[in-house]
Amino acid sequence: MDSPKVLKDNKRKIRVEFERTSLKERMKAKYLSFGFAFQVVWKLFRYLLLIGISYIILYPFIAKIFGSFMSTEDLVDATVRLIPKYPTLDTYKYIIRENSYFEAFFNTFVLSVLCAFVQTLICSVIGYGLAKFKFRGNKLVFMAVILTMIVPHDTIKLSMYMNFKFFDVFGIYGFISNLFNLEASSLDLVNTYWPLVILSLGGIAFKNGLYIFMMRQFFKGVPDELEEAAYIDGENTFGTFVKIILPISIPMMITIFLFAFSWQWTDNFYTELFFTRSGAILMPSIVHVPQTLSEVANSFTAGDLYQSCIRNTCGLMVILPLILFYSYMQRYLIQGIERSGIVG
Amino acid sequence: MNADATVKVAAVNKKKKKPASLDRKKARAGWWFVLPFVAIFIAVYLPMIYDSIRFSFHEIEILQAGGYELIYVGWDNYSEALFVDAKYVTTLVEGLKQLILDIPAIVIFSLFMAIVLNDKMPGRTIFRAIFFIPVILSTGIIDSIDQSGNSMMDYMGSSDGISTGAEESQTTANDIISAVDIQKLFANMKIGQGLVDYVVGLVNDIYNIVNRSGVQMLIFLAGLQSINPAIYESCKIDGASSWETFWKITFPMISPMILVNTIYTVIDSFTSASNTVMAYIDQVYQNAANGQVLSSAMSWMYFLIVMLLIVVVAAVLSLYTFYQRRD
Repeated sequence: MDSPKVLKDNKRKIRVEFERTSLKERMKAKYLSFGFAFQVVWKLFRYLLLIGISYIILYPFIAKIFGSFMSTEDLVDATVRLIPKYPTLDTYKYIIRENSYFEAFFNTFVLSVLCAFVQTLICSVIGYGLAKFKFRGNKLVFMAVILTMIVPHDTIKLSMYMNFKFFDVFGIYGFISNLFNLEASSLDLVNTYWPLVILSLGGIAFKNGLYIFMMRQFFKGVPDELEEAAYIDGENTFGTFVKIILPISIPMMITIFLFAFSWQWTDNFYTELFFTRSGAILMPSIVHVPQTLSEVANSFTAGDLYQSCIRNTCGLMVILPLILFYSYMQRYLIQGIERSGIVG
Repeated sequence: MNADATVKVAAVNKKKKKPASLDRKKARAGWWFVLPFVAIFIAVYLPMIYDSIRFSFHEIEILQAGGYELIYVGWDNYSEALFVDAKYVTTLVEGLKQLILDIPAIVIFSLFMAIVLNDKMPGRTIFRAIFFIPVILSTGIIDSIDQSGNSMMDYMGSSDGISTGAEESQTTANDIISAVDIQKLFANMKIGQGLVDYVVGLVNDIYNIVNRSGVQMLIFLAGLQSINPAIYESCKIDGASSWETFWKITFPMISPMILVNTIYTVIDSFTSASNTVMAYIDQVYQNAANGQVLSSAMSWMYFLIVMLLIVVVAAVLSLYTFYQRRD
């Protein structure tokens, strides 16, 4: 083969002429190889898998949405499976009217924002303390955090209820009320927001162990030099945390907030435990068949099915604000993960 | 000369001591950060744990006037749970078996999906958003609606099947792939019947597995993100195939995450309300006579067994876990 010929076009530009493999040969080498075939198969398989699993995830929601518009005629019609022929808004109307949806919505919103905010802040503080300070007992505190995560909340259900029904830390309240001859020897915190707020303040509410763990792993990845620079500039530890560490951990905190908010929103364990029927109406208590509709369902052959549809609609209405919230926040969630660098 | 040396040594000692004490001062500041947790843990949480353990040795009577009375009964609740209650032991064994079978499925599935979702491809953001929907939405209330016999979903196909059009056929609507197909597939492979059943069970339970592997996927994704791309680059230059890269680089680097996720999966699945043992304990709590204390005895026993499981799993896995040395 000849050496490539160099032609001078002008001062700045040269053109090189050399013998190239023909287009056909090049294409053959590129597209008829095993590697390429494997790539194509893998890509197809990947999309197939992703779309399939997305379908599995989304299908229940889609079915529930269609189910919520179904009227009684649709349920007895054998030709109707998914898409209702006689769509109706009755289900929504009665749930809003008879299950006091908006009241529950407002109460739950206040509670969730309060808890999520407190939990996010407290968990970052605790996570920071565990990640960056080697005080004596650090390991012990971390073990305690893990313990709160491991002990199932069902196990301490009864004692949790009792402790907040007769709230009295180490008998201090009883002592004070004895001094002033008050009647109650303990505080009754059931049906208030206090139990959840107290649990959140300590970072021992639902799944808070996980948040603390995530924050701790995140802060471990933050270089020490950042804080040292702040110390040299005469900042104390708390000031450093507020001015330097918190701003850079905002993506992670948004992730935690998203979790805390939505898990508090759909939580039915704590809310059902701490809020009895006489208390504030929260989301779990709207999940039942409204009076008018249950009368309809009882006088109807496919009544069970209808009631199930209504309950699912209730569930859908519970998560409706979350769907909107999530669709807006999900990019922050992904960002939070990408920057977190949780390392074992 | 000699005296000079001692002075020097003293000076060095002084120098060394000073930063150490500053460090300690800084370290002590850490207590302020964990203080809210420690305070409420000791004031509220420990009494709860203590009470719960105490309750499990007592019979409880709620008084009309407020407050409650406890009657000490020793190990009665425990022996009742183990020997008198007809279903507790069988439920426990079944639940643990299910737990042990589910752990590898969830961990492997979430690792695989995290790797797939970590690849750069068009539509990645949308798929990621969809995959994390169950984490946010399918908890608590929705979970309890789905658990309590959802006849609507059964009617419209099913929550875990793709057989919307196949309700005429004789196979149960929930099966994505009929067991016969897989059995045919495995018939010539000389794989035991148990494994076939396991795989069939997993495929049909895919909805459940997807739902329970959201947080694990997040943790794996974060772990994958934290692997230095330079390592992959040098691997590629050395001519490693992607298969080799996975087993030689990704897998060891992600192994701490596997440990974390395995433990998290155990914790998450045994504390969730959809767990059969927990559901049974909850049922006892609400229905049985003296069920409130009986259920706490039951759940403490369950807790101890699962703790044992966690310790064993952690011990075995940490033998194979690779930690990158960080300076």
